[in-house]
Amino acid sequence: MTESRTYSFFLGCVMPNRFPNVEKSIREVLPRIGIELEDLQGASCCPAPGVIRSFDEPTWLALASRNLALAEQAGHDIITGCNGCYGTFKETLAELHEHPERLAEVQRVFKGLGIKFTGNVDARHLIEVIYFDVGLDRIRELVKRPLRGLRVAVHYGCHLLKPSKNRPWRRTQRHRFLDELVEATGAESVQYRDKFMCCGAGGGVRGSNAPVSVDIAREKLDNMMAAGVDAVINVCSFCHLQFEFSQLQLNKELGENRYNLPVLYYTQLLGLALGLEPEQLGLHKHVISTEDLLSRILGQ
Amino acid sequence: MTDSTIVRDIIDDEDIDPKFVDTLVEAGADRIRTCIQCGTCSSVCPSGRRTAFRTREIIRKALLGLKEEVLTSPDLWLCATCLTCLERCPRQIKVTDAIIIMRNMAVEEGFMLPQHRKASRKLIKTGHAVPLDDANREMRRELGLQEIPPTTHSSGEALEQVQEIMRRTGFIDLIESTEESGQ
Ligand code: SF4
Ligand code: SF4
Repeated sequence: MTESRTYSFFLGCVMPNRFPNVEKSIREVLPRIGIELEDLQGASCCPAPGVIRSFDEPTWLALASRNLALAEQAGHDIITGCNGCYGTFKETLAELHEHPERLAEVQRVFKGLGIKFTGNVDARHLIEVIYFDVGLDRIRELVKRPLRGLRVAVHYGCHLLKPSKNRPWRRTQRHRFLDELVEATGAESVQYRDKFMCCGAGGGVRGSNAPVSVDIAREKLDNMMAAGVDAVINVCSFCHLQFEFSQLQLNKELGENRYNLPVLYYTQLLGLALGLEPEQLGLHKHVISTEDLLSRILGQ
Repeated sequence: MTDSTIVRDIIDDEDIDPKFVDTLVEAGADRIRTCIQCGTCSSVCPSGRRTAFRTREIIRKALLGLKEEVLTSPDLWLCATCLTCLERCPRQIKVTDAIIIMRNMAVEEGFMLPQHRKASRKLIKTGHAVPLDDANREMRRELGLQEIPPTTHSSGEALEQVQEIMRRTGFIDLIESTEESGQ
């Protein structure tokens, strides 16, 4: 990384409204590694690709375009920490670039509303910016508190990787970038069964078919726990919600505390490795307690 | 076993809408006709692992033109849009896109799950499908974040703009007018 670059920080819904602790960790960590954030004023829901796109695609396209237009007007590309929002923006941009008539359609909807939009803007996931622009070497240099001995399960999520035709990764499957980013902190990324499987939250399934959704999360959690990990590391506010809340729900159904796997967003893990205090990273505000994990890391 | 115990599931002519596939193709599921019913999509589906939902079956029914059956099926809403089938289909059919197109058609016909209508109403009212609540407002304050995020939550003007867009695309009418016929 040579110099810092400013992005329009797109929050979405779940992160600011359900997991402000994750938002806090992003705001603390990104500027420290050379990524400057500027708030995107007046943004709405991305809107959610599994629900709103499923209900009325043209509305999804128009509202996504409005959010992109806000960034275009601010003069920065969007940065997001949610795989769903990322998917919405990537697919919207592809649709508008491949079908100019759809851009014209969106511009017609915007008529008289004072929104300038040409589609000349990009949207990136923060993990993409960290991996490609900051880079593993720089991360390793910045680590002050190597997380040696920590065994974690990484969860990539779906929309970060797929459709692979419209994603920046060098491969289409068996990705390694998140494992590498985790290992740059000194932690060990442990292999587990069906690592690339969905968390089960998307597509409106969590909202409308909770038992099916939670059971998908259970399968992933069981596989992670069978591998003997200390925490799950994710990069999506909706996957984060799914793993945090599903464990509560499963314990309630079981009548025992079987599911206690701390769920950390990548910037929380990285922040610890950079030497930040747990409170700066919102780690005291988790649904599944991080207390034991932290005392191991901080050696208390 | 006698013949009388055999139930024949006969598809009647009136159940077949030959234009259904054309509509799907026009909306973007362009290769759907090339499906070879290999079942790869079903085999990689995380929802299908624990339910009777079979992605391949939905595609087959769509190809047969069984429009009503597909659009009224609750299975259509079991897809978590994980995109694994789209990625793995040997015919490169945009399977997930096809499901989303069929969901749009279902909603237009009034088939919408109550929880989904609720989320849509929240979006219309606040600009967010998952709006801020008191507990998280408090957490934001404790964390030293701007108490109300700098989204439509803190700008009435931005919210009005978002609502006007939803009025123009017909979303508000869609959510409010399909209430009776659905469910
Ligand atoms: S994977 Fe593709 S070709 Fe095979 S059944 Fe599914 S849609 Fe058809
Ligand atoms: S995209 Fe939907 S249908 Fe396809 S594998 Fe994922 S959950 Fe199943």
